[in-house]
Amino acid sequence: MSKLEIKNLHVSVNTEDGEKEILRGVDLTVNSGEVHAIMGPNGSGKSTLAYSIAGHPKYTVTDGEVLLDGENILELSVDERARAGLFLAMQYPVEVPGVSVANFLRTAKTAIDGEAPKLRTWVKDVNAALERVTLDPSFAQRSVNEGFSGGEKKRHEIAQLELLNPKFAVLDETDSGLDIDALRVVSEGVNRYTEQRDRGVLLITHYTRILQYIKPDFVHVFVAGRLAESGGRELADQLEAQGYDKYVKAAAV
Amino acid sequence: MTVIENALEHVESHLHPEPSYELEAHPVPNGLEEIWRFTPLKRLRGLLDGEASDATLTWEQELPEAATLTTLSADDARDLAVNAPFDRLAALAAAQAPSAVVLDVPANAELDEPVRLTLSGDSLEHPVWGHVVVRVGANARAKIVVEHTGSAVYDAFVPVVVGDGAHLDLVTINDWEDDAVHAAQYNLRVGRDATVRFFEISLGGDLVRTTANVDYAGPGGSAELYGVYFADAGQHIEHRQFVDHTAPRTSSNVLYKGALQGQDAHTVWIGNVLIRKVAEGIETFEQNDNLVLTDGAKADSVPNLEIETGEIAGAGHASTTGRFDDNHLFYLQSRGIEEGEARRLVVHGFFNDIIRRIGVPELQERLVTAIEDELAEADFSAIHGRPEPGTPAGSIGAAGGSDA
Repeated sequence: MSKLEIKNLHVSVNTEDGEKEILRGVDLTVNSGEVHAIMGPNGSGKSTLAYSIAGHPKYTVTDGEVLLDGENILELSVDERARAGLFLAMQYPVEVPGVSVANFLRTAKTAIDGEAPKLRTWVKDVNAALERVTLDPSFAQRSVNEGFSGGEKKRHEIAQLELLNPKFAVLDETDSGLDIDALRVVSEGVNRYTEQRDRGVLLITHYTRILQYIKPDFVHVFVAGRLAESGGRELADQLEAQGYDKYVKAAAV
Repeated sequence: MTVIENALEHVESHLHPEPSYELEAHPVPNGLEEIWRFTPLKRLRGLLDGEASDATLTWEQELPEAATLTTLSADDARDLAVNAPFDRLAALAAAQAPSAVVLDVPANAELDEPVRLTLSGDSLEHPVWGHVVVRVGANARAKIVVEHTGSAVYDAFVPVVVGDGAHLDLVTINDWEDDAVHAAQYNLRVGRDATVRFFEISLGGDLVRTTANVDYAGPGGSAELYGVYFADAGQHIEHRQFVDHTAPRTSSNVLYKGALQGQDAHTVWIGNVLIRKVAEGIETFEQNDNLVLTDGAKADSVPNLEIETGEIAGAGHASTTGRFDDNHLFYLQSRGIEEGEARRLVVHGFFNDIIRRIGVPELQERLVTAIEDELAEADFSAIHGRPEPGTPAGSIGAAGGSDA
């Protein structure tokens, strides 16, 4: 049983016009076994929340803390956070030329587990993980994300999620740009992960479409850098019908 | 071959000096000339003085059946109808070499194994002048690996003639001791529908300056020039190319990648491409990427493209010089890979893009290890993860840079 707690998180970025505050006091607790959907309009700071938890150097935390089982992970480096059990599926997975998927996955798995995976089973595990997200095993020999289509990149993220099996996964708009088949494949991967019952998910999305496949326990409306409202699945239905307008207007007041 | 020469118009261009065996045609440089301005002439250990010397390198060779090595007089070597020297260093090598070595792969031969030549030196006392001619007959297939090791002051002129329909991979490795000086000029003539892949890997030496000149004996030829270099503190590594599209429907692809670390590590890449009026339907692309690992290192990168005809299939160039890409490191680290290992992977990937194309697994492994050894010497305290303001970020290893 693990717990991810975000407390009063304030985050800024440097812009041409100086420091700009994006997150303005985010409070959220995710327990293992729970799926939380964070929904919000473009520019509300959803991705900033994802990247800040993972520790991207572009973002500066000015206040608050993020606790993983009581430890403030904001004091950890990016790789230490991952080894502590965090995973970020990125909206725009990065291409790393010349580094094969096989080499990348083996290096990551070794880092996360603290020991090299057993050679005999590992190749099989990788191939199986790729096949489950309908990527041909030949992808293992290709450079990380290089020349992958948008959908292939997202499916590759989910294959990593299954292989690395973190305590908590933050999925940043994993559904964006996916056709219906890819969306289903990706959702099934996330569901296999959550079916372990002791893993937590923070599902960040703009659209309700993915919630037809992944059933959240909690839905949060995210507007202007903080949570505007929290509820159950019925909140997603309400957003589907009414949009974000009333929250955006309220935040602007 | 001379027919081609006669058919071509003269092009007034600093890209195109007139090749000649005559020393007088190549004035002694003062260091300000376009083709010399990046080279620290004082560190050539007197090569430009042209001291007569019969010092040699030690040659070791593995020759597959069909390939032969013979010795010719310097005069006879000149008559092999290949491009004459383009600069004074190459002219000096041709003039002073006591004899020329000719490596022949006969027409239609298909070599199962690479030709391997290892040239090593053990003294800086006298210059070594080298004249090596490589001839690959029509429709032959060959891979030639030339390794340079040890200490020497070595100046080589290396004309390479590739027959019609032939396929040559020429891999040169400059893995000298820290004190070596090496100048080389490779003049590649690509036959009709022939393919040449030229690799140069420069890791060692105090000063390495190589020039690869390419022209085409007929339509349909293809030249791929690849470079990998890693300069440490104080090293000067300079790679120059001149691709002269002298025939229609020919192609050239130039890709050089370098890493630099340490005070006064200096690399130079000059990529010149000339597309002549006759060269309709050609395609060319040249790219140079530099990864600056520490402060105090300097990478010069100059692409030049001169186009005399509009009737081409494509022409372009790209050059990037920068530090580690934050996004690469972030992605790898976000999967638990610690920072040092992430940097190692990125550099490995940066070079692997070229090394994997060599197609000699044993050699590829050795080069990867050699580069990792170089990297292990890096002073990571001097590394900054973020690019300095004004330097292009996010473009390392990716043409056009679209990682943002």
